[in-house]
This record gives sequence, structure tokens and C-alpha cells, in this order.
Amino acid sequence: MSVITITPVSTFRTDDPYPFCPGCGHGPILDRLNEAMIKLNLDPAKVVIVSDIGCSGLSDQYFITSAFHGLHGRSTTYATGIKLANPDLEVVVIMGDGGTGIGGTHLVSAARRNVGITVIVMNNLNFGMTGGQHSTTTPEGGITSTTPLGNLEHPLDICATVGVNGAAYVYRGSSFDSDLADRFAAAMAKPGFAVLDIWDLCTAYYVRSNKFTRAGMEDSMRSWGMEPGLLYDRDSVEYSTGYRLAHAALVGTPVMSAHPIPVGYAHSLDRPMSLVVAGSAGGKVRSASRLVALGGIRSGLWAAQRDDYPVTVKSGHSVSELWIAPGEMPLTAVTRPDVLAIISSDGYGKAGPYFAAMNSADLILTIPEHSHLETKARVVVIDPKSAPKRIPKTSMGLVYLSAALAIRNPYPLDALREAAGAGSFAEVNIEAVETGIDLAG
Amino acid sequence: MTTNTEVPRREYVDGTTAIVRGAIDAGCTFFAGYPITPASGILMAMMREIPKVGGIAIQGEDEIASIGMCLGAAMSGAKAMTATSGPGISLYSESIGLAIMGEVPLVIVDVQRLGPATGGATTVAQGDVQFVRWGTAGGYPVIVLAPSSVPESYSLTVKAFELAERFRCPVFVLTDKELAMTLSAVDVDEYPAVDGVERAEKHEGLPYSWDPVDAVDPMRRYGEGDAFRFTGSTHDEGAYITKNATKVGALNEHLIAKIEVHRDEIEMVDADFAPDAGTIVVSYGVTAGAARAAVARLRTQGVAVSNLVVQSLWPIPETALNDAFEGIERIVVPELNMGLYRREIERIAADREVIGVNRIDGGLITIDEIMEAIR
Ligand SMILES: Cc1ncc(C[n+]2csc(CCOP(=O)(O)OP(=O)(O)O)c2C)c(N)n1
Ligand code: SF4
Ligand SMILES: [Mg+2]
Repeated sequence: MSVITITPVSTFRTDDPYPFCPGCGHGPILDRLNEAMIKLNLDPAKVVIVSDIGCSGLSDQYFITSAFHGLHGRSTTYATGIKLANPDLEVVVIMGDGGTGIGGTHLVSAARRNVGITVIVMNNLNFGMTGGQHSTTTPEGGITSTTPLGNLEHPLDICATVGVNGAAYVYRGSSFDSDLADRFAAAMAKPGFAVLDIWDLCTAYYVRSNKFTRAGMEDSMRSWGMEPGLLYDRDSVEYSTGYRLAHAALVGTPVMSAHPIPVGYAHSLDRPMSLVVAGSAGGKVRSASRLVALGGIRSGLWAAQRDDYPVTVKSGHSVSELWIAPGEMPLTAVTRPDVLAIISSDGYGKAGPYFAAMNSADLILTIPEHSHLETKARVVVIDPKSAPKRIPKTSMGLVYLSAALAIRNPYPLDALREAAGAGSFAEVNIEAVETGIDLAG
Repeated sequence: MTTNTEVPRREYVDGTTAIVRGAIDAGCTFFAGYPITPASGILMAMMREIPKVGGIAIQGEDEIASIGMCLGAAMSGAKAMTATSGPGISLYSESIGLAIMGEVPLVIVDVQRLGPATGGATTVAQGDVQFVRWGTAGGYPVIVLAPSSVPESYSLTVKAFELAERFRCPVFVLTDKELAMTLSAVDVDEYPAVDGVERAEKHEGLPYSWDPVDAVDPMRRYGEGDAFRFTGSTHDEGAYITKNATKVGALNEHLIAKIEVHRDEIEMVDADFAPDAGTIVVSYGVTAGAARAAVARLRTQGVAVSNLVVQSLWPIPETALNDAFEGIERIVVPELNMGLYRREIERIAADREVIGVNRIDGGLITIDEIMEAIR
């Protein structure tokens, strides 16, 4: 057994002085973070400070921990990925109030997931780095470089937002709080998602244009209905822990891999054959096409099917183009099908270019409603009502394709029967196959 | 009658399945994505499959979050992949730059659909071929691979992971609605399973090095060895932000040279030359299907025509293209856009005649359309 001893570090700061303006609140907040990490006796190599963009985003360079300095507003997403891939890491996000605007959805989502990271918002009520523009947290009436007559927008309550959405630990305070280091330490020790909304002074902009001071800060918070203090503290399951628990039973089970389809029949094609089914979405057109392909593969054929349907899966047309071929075929469109099955009015609406291109050697199977077609192909009308039993809409595709196979015989019908019986809905599918074969006469 | 004496070993699968298998076999352990047709199949399969190898898949709140999580996970040591379509690539834009700048291996699948904007969600197109190359600020190189069949969807996904690790950069797998969703019979022995892709790692020291300029340093990972930094800002070898012109220049030249100098490791084409051919068809992706079929049909009619399917779209496989154009007078370039890759071919073709076969109505280019252009 090897014993690893970690010498406690006396500071997590580098020797470099902060780059912030005189009186800026960001420096003191970082000092409290340093104290918190010392208190927790953390290993700097196991801490990742994820910083956002802005003056706040310069923070990570002044620590000896690992760091990820990414894009504006997205720090929570990197932190989430870092933590999920290695839950042993202590991940701390430092962002400005700017980040809560452009990346607000990430903050809410991290709260809802309760991912085990700690977010410190350096909330100075404006964009410092870019010149004192208003942010999501600028108070109503606040004067900034983009609200010269006073801000017309309601300020975002960061704590309430993440709090009602599942964050485990939510605290509001200021850079002047005497117990801030303890708050940071408590937040980091919390397994779930922690957010600390820490108000501070941007001496270069917000303070100057609003005569905003330390004394006014807490009063202001209260007057805007944003109470300071520990606002939420709950023990709910942290996301990466929850994920691993939920999936534990799956680990080590086989990943989907290739299973060859058994071949027990011989086909009789000497050139590729194309079949098109034109029907309605929700009518199992694609499944029908697939079963015919599988029957072909069971007979030693190659197959490929290209499906077309609107984005609303269960309404509108559904057209499936199927190739079965004695040799391997590159993926191409069917322009002139050998067989076309029109099984609904939606399908008829899409079938025009196909039947117009077909000639006398080709076969069309259609429902009685669409029996008059401008085509040179041989048209066989199949009336579903002539079947002994009512054909469900979802079986129409397979019934008509089975009829087509019975007429054209590219491969043994037993191969189709076997394909239909091998998958889900076997009974219904076998019935559809037999009905189609009967209707073909 | 079948003439094959051996019993075929075939399955019936789509490109989505092949991409997912390729990713997992390559060692992908982290996936994040946001649902979008026609890429959702990859997300759903990853959610189901990746936990089986102890990995993590997550549906992000949007595409920006998804790619952001991938970047974070990659820095914690995961091999990461994300998948989307055109609208999502638009949202990835800034983060693609971050992956380039931070030298993060990342596989990005773009299942193309018809654009612009929401366009046609269930409609095929090849309109992103320049977009993926130039889709982030700065103009720095990325690698783009384009499969043209189910087996290639597997092998090029694996290759994408290899190249992402080799060059520490984002690598795109550029596919489309038809290739991802068309079911095809494939010979299971045609794409034998691979064993994981290795990541070159080190556990101490500076996270970056660019000496010589084209050399790619092994990666660090959070939590292993001493602390290290990462930044999307212009930085030195320690990932400290710098404006020192010498250092800035060295970094940016490195980001280009590590790929450009090693084009020969990336170039991939499927060349099928006919002796004495004066015409060659150059295609990629789904359009290669009709191109291969048209060439085969013309040859049975006694027409000598060559065929080249480009698998590594970016960087442009200039050596392979120049070789292929030897003795050629006419080049036919079919694609499901109005000639986005043709402009690259024209540049290399010099004074040869270059003919586009183009379609942007959602239909596939047909065998006949290509045959007509060849004749
Ligand atoms: C996508 C993007 N848009 C805009 C910017 C420009 N930008 C840099 S910092 C910043 C605002 C930072 O404000 P905040 O987060 O409050 O930080 P502070 O400077 O106040 O600490 C903006 C908008 C950017 N870097 N990226
Ligand atoms: S501009 Fe504002 S936030 Fe930035 S360093 Fe100066 S005081 Fe601090
Ligand atoms: Mg700010």
C-alpha cells in the first residue's frame, strides 16, 4: 500500500497582483475564495477554476489551481462537462453578471440538473470590461453607458431563479461580507449545484455613474426585494452521482453490434429491382419496405431503402423507395420504379413523377380511388374491401408489397414470411403478407 | 439465382448506427447533443449505448451547451463527440473556435439537411461543405471527412477520432439525411470492428508546445499530475494570456502548420481510374452513390471514365486531386448545392473544363443526370 501525503498549501494564489481597477470588488472576492480553498485543505491539482469572460474572467490566472477560461456565458457548460467526466474534481465557476445574461439558460439548466459545481457570480451590476453597459442585473433606473436615461428593464434575481429551479445551495451577499470565505467553503463542500450571487463594486463604471456605495448596497438589495443570506440549502442527488447510479446496471452489457441476417433462400433476380410504396405517414410504410428488404436479404439479395416523409412523422405522405439487387449497389434515387404501390391519397399526391416515368414492363398496384393514372405501366387495382378481413391502415403497405412480390417473384415468398415472423408485430405482419399474396390472386 | 457459393453475412442498418458504433469502438466516452432532425438518431442511440461502456451521454439545453460540455469533458480526459445539423452547427460556431484555440480533440457530426435556416428538416442537401470549413472566426483549419456509405460512416467516424487525437483539433464527419437514415444491406465483414483510439497524454508540465511549429504536444487532463491551464484567449505555452507578438505569431502559425504540414496523413480519396479516360467525376458524400453507378454504367457501354470520391474534404486533398487530373480534360462535379466544392476543384483544375451537376430541390442527383454531364 502506498501512502500519498498532500502537504497543505498555504495559498492558492500566484505571486501576481490582480489586474483590477483600484477599489474593484473582484479582488476581495477572489481573496475569500483563496481562504475557502485553504480552509477546505484542497489539492490545487484537483481544483479546476472555470472562468467566464469579462474582468471577472481574468480571475483564473491568479490561482495555482487548474483552469479553464472559455467563452462568454458558457462557463457552466464546460464545468458540467469537466465534472461529469471526472466527479472527483472540485469545479468552481467564476462569472460576471454578464455571464448570467448571455448564459442564463445554462445556469438554469445546471440548477435543474443539480450538477455538483459551485458558481460564484461577481455581480457588479454592469459589464465592466466592455465599458459599463447595462447587464441583466442592472437595477431599474440604473445609469449605464447603454442606459443613459436610466435602465428600463427589471433586474434579474439570480438567486430566486436558480433556487426555484433546483439548485442545492443558494447564497446572496457582497464582497464585504465578513464570513464570505465560510460561505464559499460551505458551497464547495455541498455535493450539488451551488450559486453565490456576490454583489460588488465596479469603481470604474457603475459606482461612478450611480453614486453607488458599499453602504447603499445592502439597502438596495432589500429595496429591490432581493434578500441577502443563505436562501436555499437542500440535499438532493447530485447529477453525475445520479447518472452513474441510474446507469450502473447497464455498464458492461453488450453495445449494439453487427448481427448477420440468416440466409436460407435463393433469389431469382439478375438485375436490380426497385419498389416504391407511396402512402401516408403513420401507416408503417417504412416498416413494410424494411420487411421486404429483409426477405430479400434472407434470399441472398442486397437492399437499400430511402424514405421520405414530412417532419410531422404522423401526418402527410410517407414514401419509401426500395432497391433489392443481386449485387452491392451504391445509394441512388429511384427514378423509374419497377413496381409502384399507391396505398393512400397522400401517397398518390407524391407518386406522379414515378408513374409518369414508368413503361409497359412496369407494374403499379393501386387502390380503387386512384385507378386512372397517366402512365404506360400495367395498372392493377386492388380493392382492400375484397379481402376477407378488414385491412388495418398500418398493414396496407405490407399487403400491397406482398401482392407485388407474389406477382413478380424476385425471391421466394417464404423468405418474406420468415422476415415478417422474425420481428415485432409478427402476427399482424404475417397476416398482412398472406392477405397480399391472396389478393394478388 | 445467387452465384455466390459462400453464404453472405449481411445486416440491414443505417449510417446513424454505423456512426454510433464507430464512435464507441473508437473509445468515445462522452456525448452531448441537442435533438434535431436528421441527427437525433445519433443522440438517442448514444443515450442508450454509451453508458454500457461506462461513458456519459447528455442532452444539452441547446447546442452551445452540448458542445461546451464536450469541451469540458475532453479536458477531463474523455473522448468526446457531438452531432447536429446545419442550424446546430450555426450555434456551435464560436465553440468550434474554442476547440481550435484550446487544441481540444472533438468529433463533430454534421448530418446535413436542406438550408438555409430551418430549411427542410427531412430533406437531403450538401450545403454545409464550406460552412463547416469556415464556420468559426479567424479562418484556421479544421479537418472534415465525408462518408459515402454505411461502412464508410463507420470507418470514417473511427478515423475522425484518430485524427482528432493526432492533431488535437475538431474533426467533422460530414454526412446527410440520406446517408444517416437510409437503411442498407451491408456486408458485416466489410467493416471489421476496431479497437479504441489512443490519446497521447502527459501528466505534468505545460499544456502546450509548438516547437517545431507543426509538432502536436501530448495532452494534459484535469486531475492527473500537477495543475495546468486552458484558455480560449491568445496564449503562451502555459495557457497564460499574452499579447507578445512573437508568442502570438508562434501560436497561430502552429494552429495552421500542425494540419497543413501533415496533409499527407489526412488525405483520403476513393480513386477508381480508367486508362485513357479524358473525363473524371469528382464527388463526395451521398452524391458519390449516383456517381459510382453512372461511371459503372458508362463503362459497360465502353466509355472510359474515371471516378474519384473525396473522403477527406478538408484540407483539400490536393496531391490526390492533382494525380487524378493527370491526362484529364473534363471534370464533372455533382453536388447537392450550387457548386460549393466545385470552386475548390476549379482552382486545382487549372484550365481544364469543370462541369457542375447541381440540385437544391431536395431530390438526389440521378444516375442519368451524371451520365449526361459525362457525355
Ligand atoms: C460572444 C461574446 N459577446 C460579447 C463579448 C464581449 N464581452 C466581453 S466581456 C463582456 C461583458 C462582461 O461583463 P461581466 O460578465 O459583468 O463581467 P465584468 O467585466 O463586469 O466583471 C462582453 C459583453 C464576448 N467576449 N463574447
Ligand atoms: S472595470 Fe469595473 S469590474 Fe473591471 S476591473 Fe475595473 S472596476 Fe473592476
Ligand atoms: Mg459585471
